[in-house]
Amino acid sequence: MGRKLLLENIEKPDINTIDGYLKYGGYRSLDKVLKGMSPDEVTEEVKTSGLRGRGGAGFSTGLKWTFIDKSTDKPRYLLCNADESEPGTFKDRLLMEKNPHLLIEGMILSSYALGCNTAYIYIRGEYMFILRILERAIQEAYAKGFLGKNIQSSGFNLDLYVHPGAGAYICGEETALIESLEGKRGNPRIKPPFPAVSGLWDCPTIVNNVESIAAVVPIIMMGGAEYAKIGIGRSTGTKLISASGNINNPGVYEIEMGVPVEEFIYSDEYCGGIKGGLDIKACVPGGSSVPILPKSLLFKESNGSPRLMTYESLSEGGFQTGSMLGSGGFIVYDEQQCIVRNTWNFARFYHHESCGQCSPCREGTGWMERVLHNIEYGHGKEEDIDLLWDIQRRIEGNTICPLGDAAAWPVAAAIRHFRHEFEYHVKYPHRVKDADHVYQPEMKYQTI
Amino acid sequence: MLKVTIDDISIAVPAGTTILQAARMIGENVPPAMCYYSKLEGSGGKCRTCLVKVTKGSEKDPRPMPKLVASCRTTVMDGMEVRNTTSPEVMDARKGITEFLLINHPLDCPVCDQAGECKLQDLSYEHGLAKSRYAFKRREFERKDIGDKIQLHMNRCILCYRCTQVADQLTPERVHGVLNRGEVSEISTYIENAVDNDFSGNMIDVCPVGALTDKTFRFKSRVWFTKPVHAHRDCPTCSGKVTLWYQGPEVLRVTGRKNQWNEVEDFICNTCRFDKKEKSDWIEDGPADIDRHSVIAQNHLTYELPVIQKHLETNTQPEQ
Repeated sequence: MGRKLLLENIEKPDINTIDGYLKYGGYRSLDKVLKGMSPDEVTEEVKTSGLRGRGGAGFSTGLKWTFIDKSTDKPRYLLCNADESEPGTFKDRLLMEKNPHLLIEGMILSSYALGCNTAYIYIRGEYMFILRILERAIQEAYAKGFLGKNIQSSGFNLDLYVHPGAGAYICGEETALIESLEGKRGNPRIKPPFPAVSGLWDCPTIVNNVESIAAVVPIIMMGGAEYAKIGIGRSTGTKLISASGNINNPGVYEIEMGVPVEEFIYSDEYCGGIKGGLDIKACVPGGSSVPILPKSLLFKESNGSPRLMTYESLSEGGFQTGSMLGSGGFIVYDEQQCIVRNTWNFARFYHHESCGQCSPCREGTGWMERVLHNIEYGHGKEEDIDLLWDIQRRIEGNTICPLGDAAAWPVAAAIRHFRHEFEYHVKYPHRVKDADHVYQPEMKYQTI
Repeated sequence: MLKVTIDDISIAVPAGTTILQAARMIGENVPPAMCYYSKLEGSGGKCRTCLVKVTKGSEKDPRPMPKLVASCRTTVMDGMEVRNTTSPEVMDARKGITEFLLINHPLDCPVCDQAGECKLQDLSYEHGLAKSRYAFKRREFERKDIGDKIQLHMNRCILCYRCTQVADQLTPERVHGVLNRGEVSEISTYIENAVDNDFSGNMIDVCPVGALTDKTFRFKSRVWFTKPVHAHRDCPTCSGKVTLWYQGPEVLRVTGRKNQWNEVEDFICNTCRFDKKEKSDWIEDGPADIDRHSVIAQNHLTYELPVIQKHLETNTQPEQ
């Protein structure tokens, strides 16, 4: 049984109230910081802990904090990115819904480290019920003196606000989030300048994922060095994984970094194996944006050692043989699932969510979706597969924000690893339209 | 001054110059720019046609940049080395972008007022494919009137955002922006409000394609049949420096004076643009400079005859 840092008390019924949270040891990290740590010491602890951004990119959180421009006298802002919209990812929801005070405590600690006096939680519009939970929790924290002026007589002031988005996936991109928070259309900005220099209202701003900010609380409590002992190599600490798909126990799991992928899927402690005793076909290990991995590459790295749930191991070998840990949206497909249909579904999502600002993504995502739709419904042609490859290749890396990459990678990986399924769809359109939708090895048809 | 090398040609530029501006200073191999407009703040970075490869970041940090960068929004560092037309990767990306821009474009150039001075036409001539690989229905919008003098033909739009920036920066009460998102996003004056402002006509000049056209010029003539003449008048609202486009003795339209990068020198007011269409309203300054590659150049043989023609002339002389 792995260590639980974030989900330790998640099942306690009264953890969502401040009294419950205090009962289970809440706000002790804050106490520790306000009584004897300077902001730089807090940043240093986070840096020592090796915590990497949990939103998907995996950039060192402590290092990001040191980038904030302290040379100006402009106010600084901390934004919490709770616009969790990646298909397959639902970890932040659990954290905020059940244990809102953990996030609030993390926000106070992080703001203290960064010298922010105003912080925002930007939450996606679909999480309106969580917005109410958070607002109530913030009210409680104000009443107990954890927020507001002169927190716990330390002289540190912090105002915390929750702001709902209007349901756009693109507003999870940090600069689009800032635009949206400013009341503008949620179009990503062109970088540089980066938010740490010029972000919200042109002031230095740090944007962190919910899980990253929540992880600051145990890091302060146990010390950065102790936290860094959990995990393997540069992947330290625990990570929330939202497991879904054809598995026996879908849900959010907190794992210590370094659990083997095979163990994660088949152990009863986690996913509990594939539903109905079927074989596994593929897995998307980090949310819809990351490349899909076939069974042959999922459990073993190219050198034969077992693939582990870490940033490095999952991305081993680049996109030829690897994928990414991403945001931890772990989607498992059994042998009866159609990869073409899945790819089309993802492409449809990115087509719907492209902001339309830069041309490759605006035009390319729609094009890919239409071609995939044709292939999926038996109207595809042989050359469509190469066309798809060409489209994704020209979107990737040529856009303003990573949404273009996120739209291109799943298509590229599906063609790279499952080209035979695309060819099957093109070759047997009549079968695709009927019940035999899923790819079957060629042999079956030679006997008919 | 910072030294930058673009396609093996070096130039020294002041700090803060972008790669595109540096390329324009050199004057050769300039990346095409569909959305960048030097006179509009915050423009650029959107169309991605100006992508270039930075093979050396700077003297201090010589690492190449991992991705292609938008030259219009990337500032020059000292010692930077850039590849534009000499990089196959850049040319391939540009080809891709051109294809993306064209898949939803109606290609109605024969009836488009912009034909002949359209940047998308030039781009597709240089980087486009002969045949479209797009096998689906193109997106369609209704034609809309923005005020009584401007028509918006959204089908042709490439969403460069220049016109919304004109609305933002030249007109104080903005009612012009982008609705919806992704492929179906459209330029709109929110709920069909007319942009009622003295400078709204400039959105026609900044439009790189034929999405925003002058209704007073609509279907009157083709660009290559008209003759541009610089003129000015004493205007109380703007500089009054314009280009008149003549066909015979008639002034068919009035635009701002455009430089070689197709950018206007001064934004002009709607009175000058739409209402002053008599020769007597203007004091002429002489014919406008015409780029030799322009379609209207054939009406204005001010340059030397091409060598091949001279060659023909000498060769056709009777033998002695």
